[in-house]
Amino acid sequence: MNPEIISNLPALQVVIPLLGALVCALLRRGSAAWFLTMLICLIMPVISIYLLVSVLDSGPISYSMGGWAPPFGIEYKVDVFNAFILVLVSSIGAVVLPYARLSVASEIKPEDRSWFYAMFLLCLTGLLGITITGDAFNAFVFLETSSLSTYVLIAMGRDRRALLAAYQYLILGSIGATFYIIGVGIIYTLTGTLNFADLAARIPEIEQTRSILAAAAFIVVGISLKFALFPLHVWLPNAYAYAPSTVSAFLASTATKVALYLLIRFLFSIFGIEIVTDKLALTDILIILSLAAMLGASTVAIFQHDVKRLFAYSSVAQIGYITLGIALANQAGLTGSLVHIFNHAIIKGALFLAVGAVVYRIGSAEIDDFSGLGKKMPVTMGCLLIGGLGLIGVPGTAGFISKWYLAVGAIDAGYIWLVFLLVLSSLLALIYVGRIVEVVWFRDPGPNLDGVKEAPLSLLLPAAAMAAATIYFGIETSQSVGIAAQAVETLLGLAK
Amino acid sequence: MTPDTLIAYALVLPLAGAALIWVFGKIPDLREFITLATGGGLLYMVISLLSLVLAGEQPELQVLDVVPGLALSFKVEPLGMLFALIASGLWIVNSIYSIGYMRGNNEPRQTPFYMSFAVAISSTIGVAFSENLFTLFLCYEVLTLSTYPLVTHKASVDAMKAGRLYLILLMATSMVLFLPAIIWTYTLAGTLSFTPGGILAGKADGLTVGILMGLYVFGIGKAATMPVHFWLPAAMVAPTPVSAFLHAVAVVKAGVFSVLKITVYIFGIDLLSSTGASDWLLYVSAGTVLLASLIAMTKDNLKARLAYSTISQLAYIVVGAMLATRLGMIGGGLQIAMHAVGKITLFMCAGAIYTAAHKTKVSELGGLGRVMPYTFAAFFIGSLSIIGLPPMGGAWSKWYLALGALEADQLFVVAILMISSLLNIAYLMPITFNGFFGKPAAGVETGKIKEAPLACLIAIALTATGTVLLFFFPGTIFELLQLIKTR
Repeated sequence: MNPEIISNLPALQVVIPLLGALVCALLRRGSAAWFLTMLICLIMPVISIYLLVSVLDSGPISYSMGGWAPPFGIEYKVDVFNAFILVLVSSIGAVVLPYARLSVASEIKPEDRSWFYAMFLLCLTGLLGITITGDAFNAFVFLETSSLSTYVLIAMGRDRRALLAAYQYLILGSIGATFYIIGVGIIYTLTGTLNFADLAARIPEIEQTRSILAAAAFIVVGISLKFALFPLHVWLPNAYAYAPSTVSAFLASTATKVALYLLIRFLFSIFGIEIVTDKLALTDILIILSLAAMLGASTVAIFQHDVKRLFAYSSVAQIGYITLGIALANQAGLTGSLVHIFNHAIIKGALFLAVGAVVYRIGSAEIDDFSGLGKKMPVTMGCLLIGGLGLIGVPGTAGFISKWYLAVGAIDAGYIWLVFLLVLSSLLALIYVGRIVEVVWFRDPGPNLDGVKEAPLSLLLPAAAMAAATIYFGIETSQSVGIAAQAVETLLGLAK
Repeated sequence: MTPDTLIAYALVLPLAGAALIWVFGKIPDLREFITLATGGGLLYMVISLLSLVLAGEQPELQVLDVVPGLALSFKVEPLGMLFALIASGLWIVNSIYSIGYMRGNNEPRQTPFYMSFAVAISSTIGVAFSENLFTLFLCYEVLTLSTYPLVTHKASVDAMKAGRLYLILLMATSMVLFLPAIIWTYTLAGTLSFTPGGILAGKADGLTVGILMGLYVFGIGKAATMPVHFWLPAAMVAPTPVSAFLHAVAVVKAGVFSVLKITVYIFGIDLLSSTGASDWLLYVSAGTVLLASLIAMTKDNLKARLAYSTISQLAYIVVGAMLATRLGMIGGGLQIAMHAVGKITLFMCAGAIYTAAHKTKVSELGGLGRVMPYTFAAFFIGSLSIIGLPPMGGAWSKWYLALGALEADQLFVVAILMISSLLNIAYLMPITFNGFFGKPAAGVETGKIKEAPLACLIAIALTATGTVLLFFFPGTIFELLQLIKTR
């Protein structure tokens, strides 16, 4: 490849989808927009994997946007941690997009389709931007880019309630963004910089001030709204339930994960562990909220009638696992968090794609309409089952690996009782997954399923790919755990 | 074949069989042939491994490291060898019987039925050959999941309820108690490998050991130690071949086998006997022996009675483990073998009675022995073995368990064993006696009833003969158990 291109890859990672969004908005035909988006979504993982490999080989890459050297210009900084997230986000995009064509065609009006793809690319731009940037304000810009486009994407859902869900998310998302920017404003006045590395160097000097604590609190709460930390999760179930199927799958796998990335970045790379644990007592708060999410949201999930809503509540619970690992803040626990960011993205991707395929065929995600679907759509339901086993954390699936690390982390931190609550939450997952399995396989097909066939191949293959990945990353973990563990070493090393 | 490929084939062959059963699901004769051929092939692999183990080898197969410290690997040590031998041997008998039973009763959905069986036997062999706790746990969960469709086979409301209880109780105990115990063990010992003499010696105090052992005993819900036993009687709604598989071939045996293996190779009997950490579990399991026998006496439904009898007999094995002596362990190992052969005979007889006469209640069996003499004779032989009377195999396990109790200075265990045997006589003997000499129950016309299908009778005859042979020739089993290294 041209060395000129290679040296500009960090910028291209964000600029290509941004320009693509613009072109899509100008295209009239939905199919042309899809084709362009597909092309971009195939290029993105190539770039991010290239970045990851070079970071693993030769250390972090620093890129000065527009040639302005940091800390004055905006710096894009790629290290193992965010390269890992970049690969995750861009790969999910590449898997979801082939699925989008039919699914979008069935759910969205023809004249809106090119807008849909424009918004999708903007959302992707925002998510990749948050991940790659090394600048607190730039992160805000991308946070809003992704959020605003997400509001539009959710509002495009097949149901009129999608509008309300989008509005709900708009209000809460904006509050979150405001909190974040207030926090960033405070640290800017305190330190005079927005660059992550610079901030990390200057914050120890002002560690004693109360203002820095206020800033940290604002930023943590703001980001927590974005990744739906219990009890700031109320926007999420509706948003996931009423969004178009493609969007549910994409958002569940990426959006919350990127916000979690940003939280971990701020806590461990910028503020440092002392402020977080000693001064803010965040450990205790996070552990309690995580447990509330893991147990409370799972319990609520058991009583849902809409399968998409059920999985949305399960997402809130699974996010609790990730924040639990963050709260433990030790090697095994944080590795568990990072691995679960990755594994949960795959598992939830498989589940939402499978449910989307059902919606495509029967036009409903109500659990009662799933009766006997195992006979009609065996492959789709197989993907659903594998994803469900992953949620429970059955050994041999990706979900087990993350939970193993979290449990070891809990014991290392001296909380043996936490392990029992951890598995108790898995048990609740067993109940809500079991409910679906029973309906799908042990009831006879209802009249609503007459003539229903297996989903078309372009919907089936992405779901099957995610399901296969759920198994693969439960058995062969040298990539997922290996890279996550390496990222954690850097994170905790910086935290000292 | 090299030893590691033998292990691999033993695990993969049933899975390949399941795939072939699916492919040829529309041709019943071929499908059933595949089941039997798989069983035969599996037994061949296991016997080939047996000769290696008897020669003192311990073949290993390392598949992969999932994460550092969690390896998927297999190692054939004598105790696992014994369990694999019983499971694969009885699976063939069970399959022959299944064919007769399923055809005789015109059961629906036979293809998924045989597929689930094949997957379940593969995971059972996995449990037997597991080299570490992680592999054991993995195979244990696969066994639960693959037998769930078997329990719910009838798809009636009762079957679904029983299936839900089965799945949730077994998964719940394994996830809430067994898995944390494994994680705890890992953080204490830094390894999960089954090692002669255990891996916890010197790394945990008596209280921790006691709690951990409790987590294992109750976490392994398949061992059906009270109070986590009630899934087993509920699961009797399943077709009889499934009950035989649950009670004798695989499921509960995988449970007690795991308890025994963990006692010997994770804790080490020296650690347990020196700390006395397992004493409280000895009381629990001895209580289970007695209580379950008492409940069995009150059951009129034949399969329910046999189910409680199983719970009681399984507790013998847990008692053997918790005695923490070498003789107790040998008694437990023998009981795995002897109970399996005895109980499968009883269940197959119960199924034969159902197939031939459609009777499920003990009170309806009067006089049936005169029209179904082979079935009832086999039931008599199986009963004697369960009670532990010579010349049946069951006598040996009771004998060694009693010796183990004396060695551990736990006289009350000897007393409980004796009382339980008396109770066994009380709830098993009247069935045969009434069958041969009793009057037919009101409304039962024995004249129209014939013996069960031939395939069922062949299977029953094989296992009934087996219980007798095990008394006179228990040599290989003893040899295997003697090979177990406890230090």
